[in-house]
Amino acid sequence: MKRVASAFAAGLLFGMGLLVSGMTKPTKVIGFLDVAGAWDASLMFVMVGGIAVHLALYKFIVRRPAPLLETEFHLPRQSDIDAKLVLGAAIFGVGWGLGGFCPGPGLTSAVRGGTALVFAVTMAAGMALHAAVTRRKA
Amino acid sequence: MHPFLSALLGGALVGLSASMLLLLNGRVAGISGIFGGLLAPSQDERAWRGAFVAGLVLAGVAAAALAPQAFDAGPVRSLGATAVAGLLVGFGTRLGNGCTSGHGICGLSRLSVRSLVAVMTFMGTAGVTVYLANHVVGGGQ
Repeated sequence: MKRVASAFAAGLLFGMGLLVSGMTKPTKVIGFLDVAGAWDASLMFVMVGGIAVHLALYKFIVRRPAPLLETEFHLPRQSDIDAKLVLGAAIFGVGWGLGGFCPGPGLTSAVRGGTALVFAVTMAAGMALHAAVTRRKA
Repeated sequence: MHPFLSALLGGALVGLSASMLLLLNGRVAGISGIFGGLLAPSQDERAWRGAFVAGLVLAGVAAAALAPQAFDAGPVRSLGATAVAGLLVGFGTRLGNGCTSGHGICGLSRLSVRSLVAVMTFMGTAGVTVYLANHVVGGGQ
């Protein structure tokens, strides 16, 4: 139960951060990605702030033998640069530039309906499609 | 607040959330991984994933009521373009094991080369897409 409550609190804080940062505005996101237009550099600072805080805290956290509410850390173990990584990131970028939403802001904005809700629903469909393709291959 | 400052503050809150999820749950705050895990066949780990997503959505519900200026007043892209965008983002982030949060914030903070390659790739294709949509096709409508 504690694990569920802490995940909920982290999700709430994450969503608040996205809302404060401007990431929930596709106009700003597209303005940030539009280097050839009237470039809006502000969203660069979302990454700066996020990495500064997480980089500083990360090494202290993983020095612990285990997280507070779980028996072990679940960190990505893959380190190879494969075609799936590059192709997947490339496809994601096209979608990000086309719609102006990445996954977090899409979910946080879904309540507004319209394009935000369409994005959240079709993103879920894209993820389910990937799960179906992966299962067929397995 | 200056947009650079609000972006920095918002980013810091995201970094704090990622640190909190790692410290308490031992998990990486990658949204596509957390949300995508709910749509994958395996039934495990549904509770905390669902709770995290519920928190994300609830932050939006609160903002819609209290601070609607956190959202755009109207759509930037057409519904059709957005639907295609959603499919690409959903499929691409699962294939590439991460998005702006998992690779961009968490991966780069871990100094992961894999994440650096992913970030440079998706920033590049996103930039090219916006260039084509805004300056070649025109408006992306």
